[in-house]
Amino acid sequence: MTVEIARHWRLNAQRYSLVGEECPTCHDKIFPPRDVCPHCAEAAGPDFHFSGKGEVFSHTAIYNAPEGFETQAPYTVALVKLKEGPLITAQLTDVQNDDVQIGMPVEMVTRKLAEQGDEGLILYGYKFRPQLAAA
Amino acid sequence: MAIMKPIKPVGIVGYCSYIPRYRIPAKAISQVWTDGKGGTPITEKAVAGLDEDTVTIALEAARNALLRAQINPQRIGAVWVGSESHPYAVKPTSTIVAEAIGAVPHTQAGDWEFACKAGTEAMQAGIGFVASGMQRYVLAVGADTAQGRPGDALEYTAASGGAACLIGPAAESIATFEATFSFVTDTPDFWRRPHAHYPSHGQRFTGEPAYFEHVLSAAKTIMSELGRTPKDYQHVILHQPNAKFPRRAAKMLGFEKAQWETGLLSPVVGNTYSGAAMLGLTAALDIARPGDRILCVSFGSGAGSDAFSLLVSDGIEGVARRAPTTQAYISRRREIDYARYARYRGKLLLA
Repeated sequence: MTVEIARHWRLNAQRYSLVGEECPTCHDKIFPPRDVCPHCAEAAGPDFHFSGKGEVFSHTAIYNAPEGFETQAPYTVALVKLKEGPLITAQLTDVQNDDVQIGMPVEMVTRKLAEQGDEGLILYGYKFRPQLAAA
Repeated sequence: MAIMKPIKPVGIVGYCSYIPRYRIPAKAISQVWTDGKGGTPITEKAVAGLDEDTVTIALEAARNALLRAQINPQRIGAVWVGSESHPYAVKPTSTIVAEAIGAVPHTQAGDWEFACKAGTEAMQAGIGFVASGMQRYVLAVGADTAQGRPGDALEYTAASGGAACLIGPAAESIATFEATFSFVTDTPDFWRRPHAHYPSHGQRFTGEPAYFEHVLSAAKTIMSELGRTPKDYQHVILHQPNAKFPRRAAKMLGFEKAQWETGLLSPVVGNTYSGAAMLGLTAALDIARPGDRILCVSFGSGAGSDAFSLLVSDGIEGVARRAPTTQAYISRRREIDYARYARYRGKLLLA
């Protein structure tokens, strides 16, 4: 349990706010953050705050959810192409699976990912929803 | 009278609401419990989705308030979230919100509680924090995912939603606080013991001695102490536990429909508890013009009211369009039936 807490705690920045990295050498944007840039193999860093805007690259509906996610099924999981480049996997929210289309503009929101039972932690993190227009 | 005026001028520098997209019509609830023959206090209410709670509601409102204020979140000196539905009994909502908006670690954080006025008391404290010079910006949020006992009168109205106000120096603000005033007594109109999932209430006792006594007293006092009358205000927002109470109270105070209709959202959103008065305030700010005056009065059971008199400043021009308006969130609507509502609000026994 203690190990689990530390693991989730370390991911706060990337899960809550899509904080990744920008490679100081090739300037590619990296998500999730890691030690080495996957594009030029130089040391990665510093922090980069993604805008949260992107589009659906591919998607699927989950009816038989893995442990910890059963209460949210059915839900949609998508590959989201972020505006800044990286392709990430995330749940879609506030949308019916039938209404999801490839290329649909989406934006990041922070939502409940899972609960560790009735007495454990509530885990929050990024999901994507159809983009809302500002006023 | 203990009318409160800050030593230095303080105002709202950013604001936004958040309303979940799900709506259950009051008629759908009435169908289950009265064969559709009972009266319905509102048209429909907002319901949080399976992955939403007070943290996620507070967070979206806070992020958009920052978009409107256009300040560095590291400059926020306090993050305060008022709610009666904090997801944890012990572990602050405010630290999660502060972390997610990028305000940590050099900030104050705390959770507030006073039934439906927990958000406005955070606003009042924020005015003091900023006016004293202790901090430049304070984020005050009111958010709830309110629960009503199945079949109870409150089930028709107990809703989900919230709003955030970023409080800062008047010179940077879109609306300045002219004064604030609180009226508080020990009146047991509504309560929830620690072990209880659903609240209890005093039926008709919630009206005259609770809502009306506190809301009317707070509103009358702040106006008389400032030398104002209802005619001085373009918008009035009163706490809205249903559609009837705020309309009646506004009429009793001498306001007219044109003054309350913008901020009266309970008919289509329900009672968002700590979010309710603040939500109405955001709707008024969305359309307010420089020079407009806004009177906002919350009510929290137990009981008390916080009143605010605001003067809209030139800084409001163009600010609303930086984030979704409250009406945009109201329009984003997906109707659900009672079965789905029961699932979303955790009313189904799964084990």
